Amino acid sequence: MSLLSVKNLRVSFDTEAGLVEAVRGVSFELGRERLGIVGESGSGKTMTGRAVLRLIRPPGRIEADRMAFDGQDLMRATEREMRALRGPRIAMVMQDPKYSLNPVMKVGAQLMEGLRQRDRLSRMEAHDKAIAALEAVQIRDPGRVMEAYPHELSGGMGQRVMIAMMLIPNPDLLIADEPTSALDVTVQAEVLAILDGLVRNRGMGLIFISHDLRLVARFCDRVLVMYKGKVVEELAAQDLMQAKHPYTQGLLNCLPRIGGPRQPLPGLDRNADWAV
Amino acid sequence: MSDTLAASPLTRTVKRLIGVAASLLFTFIGLLFVTFIIARIVPIDPVLSILGDRATDAQIAAERLRLGLDEPLWKQFGIYVWQALQGDFGISIRTREPVIAEIARFFPATLELATLATIFGVALGVPAGVLAATKPGSWADQIVRLVGLMGYSMPVFWLGLMGLLLFYGVLGWVGGPGRLDAAYDMMFEFEVTQRSGMILIDTALAGRWDMFANAISHIILPAGLLGYLSMAYISRMTRSFMMNELGQEYITTARVKGMPERRVIWVHAMRNVMVPLITVVALSYASLLEGAVLTETIFGWPGLGSYITDALMANNMPAVMGGTIVVGMVYIGLNLLSDILYKLVDPRART
Amino acid sequence: MSTGMSQITTWLRDPNPTSRRQARLGQAFMAWLRMRRNPLAMVGLAIVAVLLVMAAFAPWLAPHDPITQDLSNRLLPPLTPGHLLGTDDFGRDILSRILYGSRITLFIIGLVAVTAPVFGLLVGTVAGYFGGWTDEILMRITDIFLAFPKLILALALVAVLGPGMENAILAIALTSWPPYARVARAETLTVRTSDYIAAVRLQGAGPARIILGHVMPMCLPSVIIRVTLDMAGVILIAAGLGFLGLGVQPPLPEWGAMISAGRKYLFEQWWVATMPGLAIFIVSLGFNLLGDGLRDVLDPRSAGR
Repeated sequence: MSLLSVKNLRVSFDTEAGLVEAVRGVSFELGRERLGIVGESGSGKTMTGRAVLRLIRPPGRIEADRMAFDGQDLMRATEREMRALRGPRIAMVMQDPKYSLNPVMKVGAQLMEGLRQRDRLSRMEAHDKAIAALEAVQIRDPGRVMEAYPHELSGGMGQRVMIAMMLIPNPDLLIADEPTSALDVTVQAEVLAILDGLVRNRGMGLIFISHDLRLVARFCDRVLVMYKGKVVEELAAQDLMQAKHPYTQGLLNCLPRIGGPRQPLPGLDRNADWAV
Repeated sequence: MSDTLAASPLTRTVKRLIGVAASLLFTFIGLLFVTFIIARIVPIDPVLSILGDRATDAQIAAERLRLGLDEPLWKQFGIYVWQALQGDFGISIRTREPVIAEIARFFPATLELATLATIFGVALGVPAGVLAATKPGSWADQIVRLVGLMGYSMPVFWLGLMGLLLFYGVLGWVGGPGRLDAAYDMMFEFEVTQRSGMILIDTALAGRWDMFANAISHIILPAGLLGYLSMAYISRMTRSFMMNELGQEYITTARVKGMPERRVIWVHAMRNVMVPLITVVALSYASLLEGAVLTETIFGWPGLGSYITDALMANNMPAVMGGTIVVGMVYIGLNLLSDILYKLVDPRART
Repeated sequence: MSTGMSQITTWLRDPNPTSRRQARLGQAFMAWLRMRRNPLAMVGLAIVAVLLVMAAFAPWLAPHDPITQDLSNRLLPPLTPGHLLGTDDFGRDILSRILYGSRITLFIIGLVAVTAPVFGLLVGTVAGYFGGWTDEILMRITDIFLAFPKLILALALVAVLGPGMENAILAIALTSWPPYARVARAETLTVRTSDYIAAVRLQGAGPARIILGHVMPMCLPSVIIRVTLDMAGVILIAAGLGFLGLGVQPPLPEWGAMISAGRKYLFEQWWVATMPGLAIFIVSLGFNLLGDGLRDVLDPRSAGR
């Protein structure tokens, strides 16, 4: 049985300018494997990730023929049941630690929050677990980081804290939404390597959301390519070069390659028909 | 973060303190300048108002010399600033007492009223604003918005009269004007040690609970009405700050961690809302001191507001200007206080 | 007829306007549509409209003369035939006095609205445009005025200048300009370095021409929103001064002074103080609702504040 099964997922927003459909009928199955979702900004990839956690706030609306996690129907789950899933079963790492960490809470308090509030651990136990989690993401001086505020951390450090925080309860599925896009190029690889190692070792499912097709192909087993709220192509990562859809080819071609021909990069072709 | 930088936050703090002190002094002198100008263009001759109109020319000349009125204006201003810095705002024309001594006697009553009103305002306004922000567009939101706008639109003296009419005149639920019943007034004067000048605190310290209860019955209405005005402002601002925070990404993080909505709002978002809210509460506290001017005349409340309006009616200019300066100083002090608290609550402002 | 209307609305809604006028009118039309969806703002607009009508047609609407005394009809309760809202201690019809009083209220807020914002605009744009010491000094002065509680400063000013409508207006105007200076300065700082200002400067325009012709118009929208929101506050301060006997003098029917006169009879003849207070409350609520709605529509960033 698959870990996550999504059929005909739709996310729409009832705004002043009319109904905006961000996700228009996305379906996929996910086992304990790593799935990449790729698309340009506005393609609905982030909304797809958040819809799985049912974290779309009104006026946003989620509809799906079926959305189930480990056999549990997410569309029918109560808010209380959803809360029991969020954190211990499904977690998410967001784009920019500058915004995704609470600016006025110490890093330690944020790391220990789940352990103290949900698992009712003592301060000592929670502290030790948080330190261990920081060590797992290769933070050298975890004691000091625990006492720091988010704005005192570098971007790479912040994102490692975020990953540590999300992995503390050992979730079955991690959604990583552009986890390295806001980071300096030099630390991107490092953070990705840490994330990749942890996900492999613990055997979690991973949904890796990114605009960078090559990056996704390196870390994932399978890739969904989204355009205007729809999946236009689904393919195994190793078959990427054989992508048939013109949009996927466009995404591939607009990246420079070392040793490639020195011509202006082609622009991205867009065709409204693809999303019909 | 490293040890080599350890000295720099200290020098930075010192520099910031000097900067704050300088701007404080500048604003204070500016405040004095404005009142000085206003006081100098009064058509009332300060010498005549002190000596009366039967004084001889020699007496007048001597008094002019003593008050420094023959000096050039800039020098007069210098004297005025120097005296004000020492807390000398002149002599009250009516009572011949130093203005500052009178203000010290009247101020606690205003402080007591404004403080209690602010407590009401925060206790009601913050939850109301949070409720409205978590359910934007709902009927609860509309009610909070309308109740808030009504508070913005209510003339405070009229609200006071209506409150007196209903709760004192018709229903008889509260004590009438004044801080105590007439019977208790004398008793308070002679039987209770006045440590703070605030009746609720002094009677409680003295263990005179009968008097305390009577004081409550008198303060509850004016404090409740001023509290409503304060609530109107605080709930509106809380709503707007809370809406802003609830849209932030760290809120999603807290939800992803599976935290209950109560905790997301009251711990994660609230800690961030507190940062700007502190300034708002300080501002509303300051504006209550101002609202007290009209409220106090309605409720016969012997505070700074009554003092200033009475002095106005009696053309007692030193008292009016002294009272105005004191209120202005409280304004400046509250602004400074909110700046300091701001830095305590927001770790980003500390470095 | 209806096709003509729909033609106009399509023209207004055209996402690709062909002229500047069409774009502006289109913007205004969209703002109006958004505002129409806000029932509270429409209530506010209606109240302000009623105030204007009341002021304009007071002599025709009022059943009695607002000043002439009639001691045989003192303190009649509301709903007395001929005196819908009752009479005051001089036997004057309260409804008529409220109707005429709307003229005084409108006169005060009108005069404040054309003086304080203009002065604030001038200070703010000059400070923002020149920067440096000019900015430092002007903004410090603004801060000093902000440090004073408005009503108390107005009280002190009126105490010195003497009571009366003109002095009350002057005092209110003198105490309400600083926020406009702040707003105008902030807007000026954002446009000061823009290319089109540089272009005007290259054409040889002097500072006066640049500030008056090019910087001030950019600051106007935000100042106008502020003015609408502040009108309620001006009404309340004017009424407060009137209540203390420092504003408009009797026998003129100023609402604040009317409340003050009714205070003596509060417990027996409640209506004398209640009715003019209701008028103040409703009118300032109207301005608040309208200003609130305007801000939501014209300045979506601060919606809900």
